[in-house]
Amino acid sequence: MAVDDTTSQDRTASRDRAGSRGRSGEPVLGSPAARREGHAKVTGAARYAAEHTPPACVYGRPVPATVPHGSVTGIDDSEAMALPGALAVLTHENAPRLGEPDDPILALLQTPQVPHRGWYVALAVAETPETAREMAQAIRVDYAEEPHDVLLRADHPGLYHPEEANGGYPADQETGDFDAEYAAAPHQFDATYTLSPLHNHPMEPHAATAVWEGGHLIAYDSSQGATLVGTTLAALFGLEPAQVTVVSEHVGGGFGSKGTPRPQAVLAAMAALHTGRAVKVVLPRRELPGVVGHRAPTIQRLRLGTRDDGTLTALGHDVLTHTASFKEFVEQAAVPSRVMYGAVGIRTGHQVVPLDVPAPSWMRAPGEAPGMYALESAMDEVATALGIDPVELRLRNIPDREPDSGKPFSSHHLADCLREGARRFGWERRDPRPGTRRDGDLLLGTGVAAATYPVYVAPSTASVQVLGDGARPGYQVRVNATDIGTGARTVLAQIAAEELGVELDAVRVDIGSSDLPAASVAGGSSGTASWGWAVHKACRELRESGGSIVTVDTATDVRSQEDYARHAFGAVFAEVAVDTVTGEVRTRRLLGVFAAGRILNARTARSQFIGGMTMGLGMALTEQSTLDARLGGFVERDLAAYHVPAHADVPDIDAHWIEEHDPHLNPVGGKGIGEIGIVGTPAALANAVHHATGTRHRTLPLTPDRVGVSGG
Amino acid sequence: MIPQRTATSSTLTLHVNDTAHTVTVDHRATVLDVLREQLDLTGSKKGCDHGQCGACTVLLEGRRANSCLLLAVAHDGAHLTTVEGLGDAEEPHPLQRAFEERDAFQCGYCTPGQIVSGVGMLCEAAEGHPSHATPGEVLQRSTGEPAELSRAEIRERMSGNLCRCGAYPHIVAALEDASGHVGPRSGTAHPASGPASDRDSDRDSDRDSDRDSASDAAPAR
Amino acid sequence: MKPFTFERATSPEQAVSAFAAQPHAYFLAGGTNLVDLMKLGVEAPGHLIDVSRLALDTVETAPGGGLRVGANVRNSDLAAHPAVRSDYPALAQALLAGASGQLRNLATTGGNLLQRTRCPYFQDLSAPCNKREPGAGCSAREGATRDMAVLGHSEHCVATHPSDMAVALAAYDAEVELLGPEGTRTVPAAAFHRLPGDTPERDTVLRPGELVAHLTLPASPAGARAGYRKARDRASYAFALASAAAVLALDEDGTVRHAALAFGALAHRPWRARTAEEVLVGTRADADTFARAVDAELAAAEPLADNAFKVPLARGVAVRLLTGLAEPPQPAANRSAGV
Repeated sequence: MAVDDTTSQDRTASRDRAGSRGRSGEPVLGSPAARREGHAKVTGAARYAAEHTPPACVYGRPVPATVPHGSVTGIDDSEAMALPGALAVLTHENAPRLGEPDDPILALLQTPQVPHRGWYVALAVAETPETAREMAQAIRVDYAEEPHDVLLRADHPGLYHPEEANGGYPADQETGDFDAEYAAAPHQFDATYTLSPLHNHPMEPHAATAVWEGGHLIAYDSSQGATLVGTTLAALFGLEPAQVTVVSEHVGGGFGSKGTPRPQAVLAAMAALHTGRAVKVVLPRRELPGVVGHRAPTIQRLRLGTRDDGTLTALGHDVLTHTASFKEFVEQAAVPSRVMYGAVGIRTGHQVVPLDVPAPSWMRAPGEAPGMYALESAMDEVATALGIDPVELRLRNIPDREPDSGKPFSSHHLADCLREGARRFGWERRDPRPGTRRDGDLLLGTGVAAATYPVYVAPSTASVQVLGDGARPGYQVRVNATDIGTGARTVLAQIAAEELGVELDAVRVDIGSSDLPAASVAGGSSGTASWGWAVHKACRELRESGGSIVTVDTATDVRSQEDYARHAFGAVFAEVAVDTVTGEVRTRRLLGVFAAGRILNARTARSQFIGGMTMGLGMALTEQSTLDARLGGFVERDLAAYHVPAHADVPDIDAHWIEEHDPHLNPVGGKGIGEIGIVGTPAALANAVHHATGTRHRTLPLTPDRVGVSGG
Repeated sequence: MIPQRTATSSTLTLHVNDTAHTVTVDHRATVLDVLREQLDLTGSKKGCDHGQCGACTVLLEGRRANSCLLLAVAHDGAHLTTVEGLGDAEEPHPLQRAFEERDAFQCGYCTPGQIVSGVGMLCEAAEGHPSHATPGEVLQRSTGEPAELSRAEIRERMSGNLCRCGAYPHIVAALEDASGHVGPRSGTAHPASGPASDRDSDRDSDRDSDRDSASDAAPAR
Repeated sequence: MKPFTFERATSPEQAVSAFAAQPHAYFLAGGTNLVDLMKLGVEAPGHLIDVSRLALDTVETAPGGGLRVGANVRNSDLAAHPAVRSDYPALAQALLAGASGQLRNLATTGGNLLQRTRCPYFQDLSAPCNKREPGAGCSAREGATRDMAVLGHSEHCVATHPSDMAVALAAYDAEVELLGPEGTRTVPAAAFHRLPGDTPERDTVLRPGELVAHLTLPASPAGARAGYRKARDRASYAFALASAAAVLALDEDGTVRHAALAFGALAHRPWRARTAEEVLVGTRADADTFARAVDAELAAAEPLADNAFKVPLARGVAVRLLTGLAEPPQPAANRSAGV
């Protein structure tokens, strides 16, 4: 085990691995190579989905439903269509018929049904964006309203036990006998934690530009995976996949909300088909919460039974959440409790109630982010109650094997993360008594939480081809990976260069188009492992065959992986200042140490860890979303009301990692780093707030209305 | 200059990155939409369209502004600098270079706004503008000296630019790196849009001789 | 947004007469709120009169002390003005606590006063709102009330006024100079905004066609210290949950000679705390006095379902602010308490 150097961006990885070396003599893989698209991004040259304007391009503007449940009984578009420059109003009465989508959110303008407020009921198309917006505001829609219910509550009669939670996990599971162990435990702890819905809000709103050329559909789409968008559009419009090209060259963030096709691409393609023009559709920011998915709210009950020394004998994690009436999505918040700690009896379960709400979906670390907030808050409460140091309590409960499955871990360095984080943070100087550190009007506190995220990998294809002459050959890697800000181009080039034994600049990487070899989505922290595996395999076969082009598929490789429990782990440490006059909580320090396999690019990895922790800071302290019981729909829909962290909220953040050599992963050795950063951060901050004030809040975010005035 | 008007659209001239563009705009069009949809300058981003994210930040007469809230019709004759005009391929602006070196972005969508805002912010600080993070006694002293840019000052002054990827710490580092390269706007009467103080005087003298993009837009020489 | 005609005003008087000549005319200054609301469809001008280039862009010091501020002075310039920084620090602090750097570069003094509530129901055309459409009903009252008013609301409207600047102006006894078809008139800043009553569609006492031309700030009371304190959900770039501006002058024996206190984010207008001021003046300046005075003011609070927290929050903010102002000046004084 080695630990990265805090101060140097030049730190490189795994010296004991063979691999190519760049001009500096450092290994290519693991080096802090700069982003290949960096220059394009800082100069404004990088084009995102709405920044492609084909000739004669026109503009689509959707019309959201203004009732929470019901159906459209009439649409009067006469005023809208009379406007100069008006081209079309698409509704369920005239829009192109679509094939049955796998995801019901894509059944757009097919029926008059309105499952929730904000559901799209029409699309205005005009020569200019100004006219399209005016049209959308001028379309009169009549509705037959039906009763609605948008509020999750613990005693909701509609709650049921689903078969599965998101990710394909069994919704309910038990290891050992939880009830017996809990009843027999010398110390019992029982608390409930509540989280509001949360919104992804990538800075680039969901956008698509679509044009039909003959029978071929070309779409520039803001997506985390153009392959899936392409096959989905093909199925919806009755085309062969080869008749669809989807380009997602630069994507302005997604955080799960662009992980599967979303309405914009379908709307743009429908409007382009209907009008015979290229059509650009950019979803307005305040409409995103209604149509692109959200993190579902959760009510989580944690029951922990322990011995006197804090070792867990019983762990119960019961999750209540909501889903849409027309689509079951169950935030798998109890799943991390199957992985983390070695209790004798573990029972985890999910219940869900279908409500008249927009369909929830993925948001960065679905399951783990909310679930670990609850579990790690509960662990902190146990530590406080038993007078055990919170780091020590976790160390005492690290299991030898995955508790739920009994499988061996492919690698497990949570203890190293905790110890290394404690050392760097100066944890040993901490006075455990809450409410004792004061700085003027401020109360200061520190907190810790552990993090976990599973290792996902999906089959992908890729090709590599020799370019140019034999003297100094170049290589072209082709794979439909997506760079949503992760640095995918760069790390795939590093993987190829290392395997081919060439310098980094000898490798060209083409990604972001469905015309490239099919690849999996940039989601679930699986992209680099999945695409990298295929790139690695293609390069190896090219090298070994001596040919000029190789195309590979990793489906068999992925299927034949050994039977291990594979997870990344981490530990997050936080220091907060709580203003006793206002209840405002501000973060002073945030430090994370992660064990996520081999770190393939020190520079972009650090950015992802820090970015995940920043989103966790928002979840803990600033981000609140409310469903309006009377009107339905979300209240905080724009970026003035929904508070993603701003510069002033975010201190210097330290992200470090354990160099973890895990032979049971994939040939490139990474576990995925996109999500682990968010997971421990909310609980670390909430635990720090408790340490600062002595008051335990079991609801996020910790805004002044919750934290309250405690002095002054 | 009074624009030629029809009822609800006007023909006007915007000086963007030292190039005059004469355009006919719907009165409802924002500067941001004119840049992106008419002039094909897509570096300025639309994140929220309501002044809530800063991705559309441009320099308007040398000062940072949310271009999504600027009606183009109200800015006939205005001088704008977008991210495309800060540097060029061979010679990027020092702050652009610092963003690359510090990996001060991930998805890149807020990045042009962060960079343009950063240039404007450094100018404001050089001119002595205070911020919410300025200590009370310094706020009241008002010496006209350049503001000292602690990290807390940088963070407060940059808070109008949201970044969902969470690149903030690296953005702050990039701004620290570049802070020596941006001075006050030279000439108060006609503030320069140029970012680097050593280029400002050139920009000013070039102000009225910018290149024409439209034959009917010959500016006074 | 519907199409509109446009003209650039050539003088304040011409702007006022142009307004009278056009149906559905609006004045446009910085546009930071008007353009926002036009996009949402909340405001629908038929004619825009651009007043942003009128020469109402200077800050003049008045002979006997005091300032006269043109309505077109940008928020950032006003906050950076040496006289504002030295003599009206609560105003500088309030301006700097609002919005963002780039918005303050655009937003004008007059526009800041005239900005409209950020009530989410007001901004949503599909939600009934008496302020937007008199008689439609108030969605906020039965909706999410966390950010709504606790003072002076009515059954018709529970919205708050979002300005930070206006709170400081109220505490400084500023006056608003209006230019209208019938000439000029002056209104105290603290009386410029209204309570909603049964006409919540009217935010201010501005009459149709009147243009905000200037603000005047009287000379600060001798020896007065002032500050602005704001509590919010995020550390910057967020509207207040509660805020307070205070101007305090003490006699040498520690008795309050002058006290002005105003709250933000609690009501449909900046809330000048006259009751608290009456308690304060002539009383010894100490923490107990401040608490008693602020409690007397906030006794009138009528919290809604989700915003009872605003009362102790406002209390804490105001008491801490006043306490800071009453302390002897220190080199490293608590910034938020001003000097």
